[in-house]
Amino acid sequence: MGILTAAPGTLLASASHDEGGFHAPSMAEFFPPAVLFEGTAFELNRVMLIRILAVVVLVVLLALWAKRMKLIPSRFQSSMEMVMEFVTVGIAENTMGKTNAKKYMPLIVTLFFLVLFTNITKLIPFLNMPGTGVIGLPLVLALVVYVTYHWAGVREKGVGGYLKSALILPGVPPVMHVLLIPIEFLTKFVIQPFTLTLRLFANMMVGHLLLVLCFSATSFLLFSADFALKPLGLVTIAGGFFVYLLEILICVLQAYIFALLACVYIDSAVAEEH
Amino acid sequence: MTLDIIAAEGESNPLLPATYDIVWSALCLIVVFVVVWKFVLPAFNKTLDERSERIQGGIEKAERIQAEADSALAEYQKQLADGRAEAARLRAEAQEEGAQIIAEMKQQATEEAERIAAQAKVQIEAERQAAMVSLRAEVGGLATDLASRIVGESLSDDGRAAGVVDRFIADLEASAPAQTSVASKEV
Repeated sequence: MGILTAAPGTLLASASHDEGGFHAPSMAEFFPPAVLFEGTAFELNRVMLIRILAVVVLVVLLALWAKRMKLIPSRFQSSMEMVMEFVTVGIAENTMGKTNAKKYMPLIVTLFFLVLFTNITKLIPFLNMPGTGVIGLPLVLALVVYVTYHWAGVREKGVGGYLKSALILPGVPPVMHVLLIPIEFLTKFVIQPFTLTLRLFANMMVGHLLLVLCFSATSFLLFSADFALKPLGLVTIAGGFFVYLLEILICVLQAYIFALLACVYIDSAVAEEH
Repeated sequence: MTLDIIAAEGESNPLLPATYDIVWSALCLIVVFVVVWKFVLPAFNKTLDERSERIQGGIEKAERIQAEADSALAEYQKQLADGRAEAARLRAEAQEEGAQIIAEMKQQATEEAERIAAQAKVQIEAERQAAMVSLRAEVGGLATDLASRIVGESLSDDGRAAGVVDRFIADLEASAPAQTSVASKEV
């Protein structure tokens, strides 16, 4: 905990660290020095700690909510229920239908909340870093979705049946299959998990860099640059504020999209016919 | 710009995850998944089910009460209508009875009046007859006396006397019927 609060500077330090010039944001921010267990599989650095903090907060919130759940809800319970219903009904049931949604609900709910909470850390002062900004988490989540939807399809239709329904589009002239089967194969087995990972990871990483760029530029322009350039600092701080608001939207949106696409992939794997 | 930034830090490729990254990601996922799967969703579903059950029960109860109230109202209105009809019927009956009583009374009064009038006629007739008889006897007697005195002949024989008197009276009635009727009325 102390490490987190002691190291708020990494972001700003990079900008104001030497007074002399503009310090552009760098990828090094995503790979800060290890804090504990350096060199092992359990190496902890700032990003990992932020990720763990997000998970702890999420688990505490969910546990409090689940434990105090009553028939007549408090405000806290009501708002949690609203979010929960958005996920269970708005995302899962609307995409997969009630019976399928019930089977995969724990996964979908986990995906939404985990992505949302690890995204949102980049907007919290002194954390300022998305837990999904390094590729590990998006990749692990995408792989889980990948395994889940293939497994769901196989369980539903058997290996042959699943491959047939996944790769062969009905109602297409036979010649076209020469072209379509490889395309379908690439889509289902390579592109879907790849885009699922990259969409989340790249959004979070680039959003963070954009924020850092805006604020470090502001800092440089206002405190270190020539007098004539100082008004530009107002432009960059306004830009930073705008990006911050945009990032709030993106954090929620990416969590929504991730959970939604997981539903869509699972649904298309188990669906009877397209 | 972004590409430059990525390129600037060549040593760690952001697309290749470090082992610790994967490990911590997996741990985070497992923890959240277990919490959601074992605690949150069961509690959430249970609460929702209970709530909808409660709401369903409430709706059913309200419907039952509403139906009861409706039937009570219908019952009450029916009773009210019955009462009204009963009252109207009684009133009509009473009116009819009243009219009948009046008619009966009138009838009785008329009959009574007729009876009295008839009785009076009979009595008058009887009295007239009595008067006629006594008058006839008296007049007969007087006339016989008078005649016997005038004629000097005693009409002691009753049979002849009665024949004379009757003839006399018949003559008398024939000559002055008006006087006779006046006389009978005065008697």
